[in-house]
Amino acid sequence: MADVKKVATRDSYGAALKELGALHDDLIVFDADLAGSTKTGVFQKAFPDRHFNCGIAEGNMMAVAAGAAAMGMVAFASSFAMFAAGRAFEQIRNSVGYPQLNVKIGATHGGISVGEDGASHQCCEDFALMRSIPGMVVMSPADDVEARAAVKAAYAHQGPVYLRFGRLAVPVFHDEANFQFEIGKGEVLQEGNDVAIIANGLLVREAIEAGKALKEEGISARIINLCTIKPLDEELVVKAARECGRVITCEEHSIVGGLGEAVSALLSEKCPAPVRRIGINDVFGYSGPAAALLKEFGLSAEHIAEAARDFCGK
Amino acid sequence: MTASEKKQLMAMACKVRMGIIEGTHGAKAGHPGGSLSAADVFTYLYFKELNVDPKNPKWEDRDRFVLSKGHTAPGLYAALANRGFFPVEDLVTLRHVGSYLQGHPNMNTVPGVDMSTGSLGQGVSAAAGMALMGKRQGKSCRVYTLLGDGEIEEGQVWEAMMFAHHYRLDNLCVIIDNNGLQIDGPVDQVMSPYPIVDKLRAFGLETVEADGHDFDQLEAAFARARQTKGVPTAIVMKTLKGKGVSYMEGQAGWHGKAPNDEEYEIAMNELRAQLAQVEGM
Repeated sequence: MADVKKVATRDSYGAALKELGALHDDLIVFDADLAGSTKTGVFQKAFPDRHFNCGIAEGNMMAVAAGAAAMGMVAFASSFAMFAAGRAFEQIRNSVGYPQLNVKIGATHGGISVGEDGASHQCCEDFALMRSIPGMVVMSPADDVEARAAVKAAYAHQGPVYLRFGRLAVPVFHDEANFQFEIGKGEVLQEGNDVAIIANGLLVREAIEAGKALKEEGISARIINLCTIKPLDEELVVKAARECGRVITCEEHSIVGGLGEAVSALLSEKCPAPVRRIGINDVFGYSGPAAALLKEFGLSAEHIAEAARDFCGK
Repeated sequence: MTASEKKQLMAMACKVRMGIIEGTHGAKAGHPGGSLSAADVFTYLYFKELNVDPKNPKWEDRDRFVLSKGHTAPGLYAALANRGFFPVEDLVTLRHVGSYLQGHPNMNTVPGVDMSTGSLGQGVSAAAGMALMGKRQGKSCRVYTLLGDGEIEEGQVWEAMMFAHHYRLDNLCVIIDNNGLQIDGPVDQVMSPYPIVDKLRAFGLETVEADGHDFDQLEAAFARARQTKGVPTAIVMKTLKGKGVSYMEGQAGWHGKAPNDEEYEIAMNELRAQLAQVEGM
């Protein structure tokens, strides 16, 4: 593990914006006084005339971005997940979602791994908020390779997209040379038939580690990365439930309204199967180093493996 | 403006007001009060000020208009229909199931609508975004947005003003319909937005005051806005809510209520008489 490259997906976001900016003149970026943290500052440095700071006014920023999109631009608007999805929810719903405008919300600092800033900044509700908006694509990439691909896919997609990135540097496990990304398509990272473990964001890596540990114990876990929470890869999820019989979901998000509920709702209609949801258990977080908090809140490979053992009766 | 031009605008304003009554009566719902207070500025915008093409509503270089006070869609629709964006006969389908004339403006269903609005305080931000991009794209088009005086109680409006001034959006013209009434009563009793002009000036906007029912004053105000360089312009229009329909004038109760059949007849007769009077001038 020591020599594994680690990159925060917010850095991937900044790098991808810069890359896209060189190719597409219609790409513009808005930020709300957090360009240094969201990493849109990387784009700003390269294309200062296409980066607009909106100041600390996220609601205005989202509707400004909508107006820019109505003028034919592809507008990326960024803040922390808490203030993008949370504070500006209604602007996104009415000025971006309803008119189906080409605005891409790049929300960084999602989840509990924001760490020391504490509960006010640890947004664990953004998937729930954003997936409730008709037509909104919601993605939570797992590592640098996937994050950059997701930003490019978001640019190419016609319509609103919500992208969630993390603050914490996380291991890069995808092999870029052989990586294919498509919005709405999940990825099977390990085959297995005893239990399906479906994760997104930084928990994908934890799920992979859990899968390896379980394998050594004789539990065959299917590890699935579902970067796109909406639209959900229904075929992949139903197939996993049918073939594995039990499903564990893992997300750095509240168990209310996120990946776990999306998977549970789908399966209860299409292929009833027991589901266990690993996530933030409907509580607020608190301050602490990210790594410690992930363990505290049960968002680790050990915790996932333990849940799988228990689920499989072993 | 010539006397005949003014007469034409006055006659058209009567027709726009009739469209508002037709629409809200047909819908048995909607917002006639603030539509009528803004009927003259809707008329002025679509028949004098805006560079738009009804045959090509999505023409890239057109001027944009964002109805930030989206609930007065009946007024916007009546102006658009009379300008030729869609048939005037369709106004009665307002708010009906299956009609493209949604209760609040929908840019994807209504020809000529440049932004979907309805949630107060957001349209002005979208207009600012359009103005910013218009400048970036090197377009000479201008962006206009109309807000209610109750609407400016929304904090986002002032975020947008700050933004518009910061980016020196002199291609943006903000119009405030100061009819003095909002749903729960007079604006100064509900939550006073006054002094409106001083606040706008403090945010760095060029401000112009005008009687929103006087086409000469509107002409002068919009000319000033076009001439102003370096900062956005705000036109604060004094208006009468319900203007043109006797029993609606100055009544907060007609903010969001449709006329019944009897009230419809009275309103239409009054407006027909006003039109006849203008045409006889």
